[in-house]
Amino acid sequence: MERDGGAKRKETASGEEGAQGLEEPKRHQQQRRRRRRESKTRTVRSNLLPPPGGGEPEVAVKGTSHRWRRNQGSSQYLADNRLKTTKYTVLSFLPKNLFEQFHRLANVYFVLIALFNFVPVLNAFQPELALAPVLFILAVTAIKDLWEDYSRHRSDHEINHMDCLVYCRDEKKYVNRYWKEVRVGDFVQLRCNEIIPADILLLSSSDPDGLCHIETANLDGETNLKQRQVVREFLELDAEFNPMKFTSVIECEKPNNDLSRFRGYIIHENGKKAALYKENLLLRGCTIRNTEEITGIVIYAGHETKALLNNSGPRYKRSKLERQMNMDVLWCVLILVVMCLFSAIGHGLWVWQYGERKKPLFDVPESDGSYLSPVLAAVYLFLTMIIVLQVLIPISLYVSIEIVKICQVFFIHQDKELYDEETDSKLQCRALNITEDLGQIQYIFSDKTGTLTENKMVFRRCTVSGIEYSHDANARRIAMYQEADSEEDEAAPKGGTLSQRGSIGSHQSVKVVHRTQSTKSHRRTGSRAEAKRASILSKHTAFSSPMEKDITPDPKLFEKVNECARCLEIMRNEEKSLTHLTPELADIFDFFIALTICNTVVVTAPNQPRHKVRVRFELKSPVKTIEDFIRRFTPSRLTSGSNSGSSSSLSTGKSTHKTGSSFLSTLSTENTLLKLEARLTRSSPKMNNNGYGVQPAGGWTTENGLKEGELRYEAESPDEAALVYAARAYNCSLVGRLPDQVSVELPHLGRLTFELLHTLGFDSIRKRMSVVIRHPLTDEINVYTKGADSVMMDLLLPCSSDDSRGKHQKKIQSKTQNYLNLYAVDGLRTLCIAKKVLSKEEYACWLQSHLEAESSLENRDELLFQSAIRLETNLHLLGATGIEDRLQDGVPETIANLRQAGLQIWVLTGDKQETAVNIAYACKLLDHDEEIITLNAESQETCAALLEQCLYYVESKFSNSEVEKSLGKVNIGFTSLYPPSSSTATSPNLGLVIDGRTLAYALDRTLEDKFLSLARRCRSVLCCRSTPLQKSMVVKLVRNKLKAMTLAIGDGANDVSMIQVADVGVGISGQEGMQAVMASDFAVPRFRQLEKLLLVHGHWCYSRLANMVLYFFYKNAMFVALLFWFQFYCGFSGSSMIDQWYLIFFNLLFSSLPQLITGVLDKDVPAEILVTVPQLYKSGQNMEEYQPHMFWMNMIDAVYQSLVCFFIPYLTYHDSDVDLFSWGTIITTIALFTIILHLGIETKTWTWLHWTACGFSILLFFIVALVYNSSCSTCFPPSNPYWTMQRLMGDPMFYLTSIISSVAALLPRFFYRTLQGTVFPTQLQLGRQLARWTPKDLNLHKDTISQQHPTREQELQSSASKSSDTSGPYPQDHSSLASQPGHQPVSVTESQTGHRTAIVNAQPMAHDAMMDSLKGHSPVPQRTEGSVQEGPSGDSEGESSTREASPLSSVLDLPDFSLLNWFSSTPLFNGFGRAFRLSQSSLQTDMLGSTFLSVGSQLDQDLKGLKRETSDCFQEKVKGTAAVCRNSENLETTFL
Amino acid sequence: MAINYNAKDEVDGGHGSNLVMGGHSGTGNAIGGGGPKSRRPDNTAFKQQRLPAWQPILTAGTVLPAFFVVGLIFIPIGIGVFVTSNNIREFEGHVFMYYGLSNFYQNHRRYVKSRDDSQLNGDITALRNPSKECEPYRRDEDIPIAPCGAIANSMFNDTLELFQMNGTTPIPIALHKKGIAWWTDKNVKFRNPPGENLTETFAGTAKPRNWPKPVYMLDKDEENNGFINEDFIVWMRTAALPTFRKLYRLIERKNGLHPTLPVGQYLLKITYNYPVHTFDGRKRMILSTISWMGGKNPFLGIAYITVGSICFLFGVVLLVIHHKYGNRNNSADIPN
Repeated sequence: MERDGGAKRKETASGEEGAQGLEEPKRHQQQRRRRRRESKTRTVRSNLLPPPGGGEPEVAVKGTSHRWRRNQGSSQYLADNRLKTTKYTVLSFLPKNLFEQFHRLANVYFVLIALFNFVPVLNAFQPELALAPVLFILAVTAIKDLWEDYSRHRSDHEINHMDCLVYCRDEKKYVNRYWKEVRVGDFVQLRCNEIIPADILLLSSSDPDGLCHIETANLDGETNLKQRQVVREFLELDAEFNPMKFTSVIECEKPNNDLSRFRGYIIHENGKKAALYKENLLLRGCTIRNTEEITGIVIYAGHETKALLNNSGPRYKRSKLERQMNMDVLWCVLILVVMCLFSAIGHGLWVWQYGERKKPLFDVPESDGSYLSPVLAAVYLFLTMIIVLQVLIPISLYVSIEIVKICQVFFIHQDKELYDEETDSKLQCRALNITEDLGQIQYIFSDKTGTLTENKMVFRRCTVSGIEYSHDANARRIAMYQEADSEEDEAAPKGGTLSQRGSIGSHQSVKVVHRTQSTKSHRRTGSRAEAKRASILSKHTAFSSPMEKDITPDPKLFEKVNECARCLEIMRNEEKSLTHLTPELADIFDFFIALTICNTVVVTAPNQPRHKVRVRFELKSPVKTIEDFIRRFTPSRLTSGSNSGSSSSLSTGKSTHKTGSSFLSTLSTENTLLKLEARLTRSSPKMNNNGYGVQPAGGWTTENGLKEGELRYEAESPDEAALVYAARAYNCSLVGRLPDQVSVELPHLGRLTFELLHTLGFDSIRKRMSVVIRHPLTDEINVYTKGADSVMMDLLLPCSSDDSRGKHQKKIQSKTQNYLNLYAVDGLRTLCIAKKVLSKEEYACWLQSHLEAESSLENRDELLFQSAIRLETNLHLLGATGIEDRLQDGVPETIANLRQAGLQIWVLTGDKQETAVNIAYACKLLDHDEEIITLNAESQETCAALLEQCLYYVESKFSNSEVEKSLGKVNIGFTSLYPPSSSTATSPNLGLVIDGRTLAYALDRTLEDKFLSLARRCRSVLCCRSTPLQKSMVVKLVRNKLKAMTLAIGDGANDVSMIQVADVGVGISGQEGMQAVMASDFAVPRFRQLEKLLLVHGHWCYSRLANMVLYFFYKNAMFVALLFWFQFYCGFSGSSMIDQWYLIFFNLLFSSLPQLITGVLDKDVPAEILVTVPQLYKSGQNMEEYQPHMFWMNMIDAVYQSLVCFFIPYLTYHDSDVDLFSWGTIITTIALFTIILHLGIETKTWTWLHWTACGFSILLFFIVALVYNSSCSTCFPPSNPYWTMQRLMGDPMFYLTSIISSVAALLPRFFYRTLQGTVFPTQLQLGRQLARWTPKDLNLHKDTISQQHPTREQELQSSASKSSDTSGPYPQDHSSLASQPGHQPVSVTESQTGHRTAIVNAQPMAHDAMMDSLKGHSPVPQRTEGSVQEGPSGDSEGESSTREASPLSSVLDLPDFSLLNWFSSTPLFNGFGRAFRLSQSSLQTDMLGSTFLSVGSQLDQDLKGLKRETSDCFQEKVKGTAAVCRNSENLETTFL
Repeated sequence: MAINYNAKDEVDGGHGSNLVMGGHSGTGNAIGGGGPKSRRPDNTAFKQQRLPAWQPILTAGTVLPAFFVVGLIFIPIGIGVFVTSNNIREFEGHVFMYYGLSNFYQNHRRYVKSRDDSQLNGDITALRNPSKECEPYRRDEDIPIAPCGAIANSMFNDTLELFQMNGTTPIPIALHKKGIAWWTDKNVKFRNPPGENLTETFAGTAKPRNWPKPVYMLDKDEENNGFINEDFIVWMRTAALPTFRKLYRLIERKNGLHPTLPVGQYLLKITYNYPVHTFDGRKRMILSTISWMGGKNPFLGIAYITVGSICFLFGVVLLVIHHKYGNRNNSADIPN
């Protein structure tokens, strides 16, 4: 950042030629600073120029020849464009790779051990042989690295040899060159659809406005087009850009990785300087779109490009399992040391017992004939033993784990259920070494938008001027899409899109052919790339789906729009002013204008994607400077603005900008404009006045002969597109957008062109965006603002209640606010649209400050932000829109399943509370039978008090439930599989909702513990309005304080920090770009795939790896213990009966394959069971497969087995003439059998691969042994095992001993496993047993489980009455009941607009058991109805209502509310459904709601009335059923 | 890397997104199976992890038979082995004469190493220049020792002679010196250095320090002298445990039904050369016949019977358990 400051200061000092304002000393100071910072900038000049004089060493120069040279001793090294991602060269490979491998402690350890063998006093093994395993492992890793490096090299080579056109000095034209030959200072020409080879400063474009469109999908995944701008001075060039004439020098920042920033200036030959911005820079890896041809100079090349600097490569994380494993490795080290110490002391004593003088024959003296003292002998032996017993530290464990993980990743990649047809993307594992962490997750932190929802925005309804337009037809349409979606999930896309896509595709390929003809060499790489690009273009969602596009207009509103347009037409014809329009119509008109133009949507025509729609009237006045423009407004006041080159008004965010350079001169062109418009209006066919049935964009023909319907909108956010499409449905369509003007097609009025003065881009702090335009009809300066209602409502013009107009306005505002609340309750995203009319004076005043902000080089962003805030005040509210963001497929089911799996799901979203809560309901994150604790605090203190209170409440609640739980514990049969569900059924279900501000308080150090202890008690937590930083803080808090395994999933840039902090980060490779994916460990296309990823793959990976690690420890311990026991019989001399070859290769060759196969392929429980019984996931969370005691159990088992495997042969061959190595071979064989059979016991699934691996291992041992024992009669000292195996195999005793030893060794484990599987089976074992059922049986079984269970619960509640069943499906009724004033446990209230005070709102919604029975019944509605009919028939009203309600209530439990909407809109259920829906929404407002909506606030009276009405209505019905009443009493008792 | 690999995507089109992770491991390429058109993974049983599999479930009901079967197999084997071992009728058939040593750590690490197999194989260079492993029994004042090393140096050199007492006159029993070593040892591993005469061949070498006479004077029989002396070969095959026996002589069975060594008085004449008091050792002489399973050792038989019985017992326990708990799992075991 230091550098930034420097660069900025530099720009101030030099870029703005007026250092006039600076005082002399200051100037000197700056110059000094500049000199000091000289090296912190980069200077680029044309390579075509002759080398500059010796004074300037820092320039890359191209001589007359094609050879490039760089001045020696240059202060800055300019990277060339060669891409080199390889780590090694042929020469450096060995040393470098070894160096890297020795960074691993384990490798160093093993090499050290191997080197010990070279010490003569210690030599336990043949030194060369001892090195073998280490070398083998190093070699395997090296080969792996080499292969990776080679594939990198290949891809580098391919990229390096792509072609591009570079200007050649000699030939005076652009010639083809490879990418790698491009140098800084080269002039590169690029054409449409080409990929940009380096970071290039845009100097010329075929676009008349000097624009260049690029697609940055490669960089950030965003598929919408971005505009880039030619450096301003070059825009004015009349003639074609000639690189030979380029003499300017560019000074800019040193290469950095900030994609969204580029600063620098260009110094022309005449000494004039102009600033450069990121709008001038084309980044490597992007693709040129919609622009014929551009030229630019290379600024950064190769590894200095921003794209490559941003490459951080895959991450290395250490998984929890590995951490645990490392602990046990340390234990192994300790055991090893103890064993060695024991042996050393033993040896010392052994030597000592023979005394000093009389040495036994077998005690071999040193080479000089002397004997070692006992102590020295002990010391040497200690080291020898370490070598002998080194196998205890599992040398191959790390390699094996790596191999297993790679294979696991392979299988995860291959899972076709993790493949998404729509985007043709599948899961990516970016972190390779934490697969098993997926099986141990305890907390999921999820983003909402784009993660749970599709991020496909569909316009649902709107309110204009206080009147709501419900767009019922539109709702039906959406419901239809939803149905279609769910029905034909995998079916081909709808006809319309298909053809459209086809046309794009074919067009692109035509283009490709054209390109390949022009530059032949491009065909090889380029065409393929382009073909792919074309397919991506057609598939990606930058162009909205038909669901988002075809909006059915609301007839009422449509009529009004038409009427308004007619009026306008008349008025214009009669030259009347617009003020004659009724306020409502004016609002409607403005509303649609705002929808259409208050955005940054770019229009393209699909059949000509390369050209943006060019409907430009050539209105440019010859004078283009900002000063001119200003002068026209206020010639007297604003004459001496700065003549800074900075003209971009792009302030913050990623908004496109407009340039002040090309302002329309309205004065001079007004006539032309009118004329053209008149012509246009005439030429357009008469619009059907009564346009109900007419397709919105039906028969409109534009000048270009384009069907309007074919115009495509490319928006930066889907919300924007949704609004533009919505406006188009009302015939207000955006037909063209240029930096300085927006063209809108209006009914009756034809095309209107608005002069776009400023675009104040959206940013997350302001939460709004604005456009400043000049209205062509009124010639007024209008500001249209669109933003989140929470901020917008505060910015409205305060209206006095004195005059009628103000009253009216106030009423509109309150009405709109009510509708906004309603929308939010429906889970819609709300936006407010407002307008402001600026007088010329006001505008000029603001403009001045704005220009100052723009031209300031320091704090520019900050100043622009301030400037925007200044403008967006005193707005006039036009209306509001509700946009639906549909839930992704299967989200509720996934969440329900994940939750059953014991995962706590927290949703952290930036959305407003109401919306978030409703989405949470929709996706089953919150349940209607849950108590919701809402935390909204105004200050630290209130937050603390709140937390305290909630904790107390929850605590008391929990203690109550403990009793219930113990009562409810009657487990018979399969219920043991479902203890979690039974416990959740009885314990209170809590949901916590907290807003961003309160979260900030709660995350304070003093409160975080309380917050956590509250949050962990809750079944789900919802954090609204949270910033990215807060998200990551929450994750960090849970991770560090609860020591829990966390997973963060998100799709946008705002989730990156959270993803990085979590143990496992998952990115959704969706529409919001690639940043989340880049930061993630795993990237999935859809949220629902998380289920399979965690429950199945996570579980498998975890259980496989856990079992493998445990097995590894066992195996090594068992093998080493054999050697240890032998020490007791060889005088602790460090001797081994096992041939050193067997010893060294035992792990590596003979026993490795089966465990790898098992580690990769074993399935403890089949996938279907894991998904259907998510509870099984808990085994991973509780680390059931690898608990600390298991290590020790395995160790004990290893000791036992080794004792058996040692002493059975010992006793068998005791006092016989068996020789050392024959006996050792027997033991080796026994050990191998035992170890493999042990694995067999632990293997749960036997495929042919397992059989083969085990068979192969044993076979390999015998073959190797036979070959080894017959290969050489004198080699392999000291064992010299010639013919040993052969002899043994002819001896029946060998087989008898082997069999008995293996069986005796494994008997206890086998017996224990059997016993345990029978008497106290684990969940997993039961799950495995479930797998034996055929799928049909399984379903049946599941049903019985789910049905039996609640029934039992109900019995326990002693609600034995026959109507108890009916009580089940009415959680809603209870909630409305609960919302009765008497029961409402609102402790504190708040007023809506005023200060928020602490509120606890906890409402028990229904008894848990009811939820349970609901769950039980909802899959089988017939049953429910049956039971209803059995219910009390005395009260006919009650019965009929229940009968009608039951299907509805089950519907309510279905994922989407919109389905309910559809339901209720069908004629059959019309009346009832409507009431029902209302009650539902009222219930929701009430539930959370009384928190936000104060009792005495100006809350909509209608709504209140409705609410009361419906709840009363339900109350009555509810009273019909006796059981319900009783339950309601129950409820009362559980209240606070 | 990721961006870079995305860029590569552009170029080669096919490999798809797994290149994003490609920077790290070779799997990126290994995985990129999908064609250029679709990255949809292949729907094969292997890749979808749906290989046909046997999933044994270890419960009492399923495992029960295995225990009984193992028990039923092991007990007869055990009885068979035990009976065979006990039925070894001593002194019938070939009788093997062993000497036994106890507390002699022939398996000591340095001791085991202290030999030169090349030398023993008759390699001339090794004969003249024994391996370093033989230190300090490599050279005797710069003359190479043959055979070198501690093992050879400590060779057992008592002589045992067996006489049958016929009244008071001892009748020597023919003890065969040959056929006591492994055939492969005698014929492949151990060879005398080439030469006409062993004395000449071994000229220039020293005898091991503890030996009373050089290696070429171990026996008069050319076929049993030098390195291929079978006593020597047997000694060189180091014992596994500190208490061991080594085959010393063979008493061939005589014709017919008579026991090889009939009941009677025998005289064992020992030429005592070998000191064992330094290591508290004991020397033994063992006469034994052997069956197909070697010498007499009841252990294995007992072990089989024990393990078989335990298996049977476990089987019974499981049967009880199955009866008690099995019902619960029956529901899971039996479909429907």
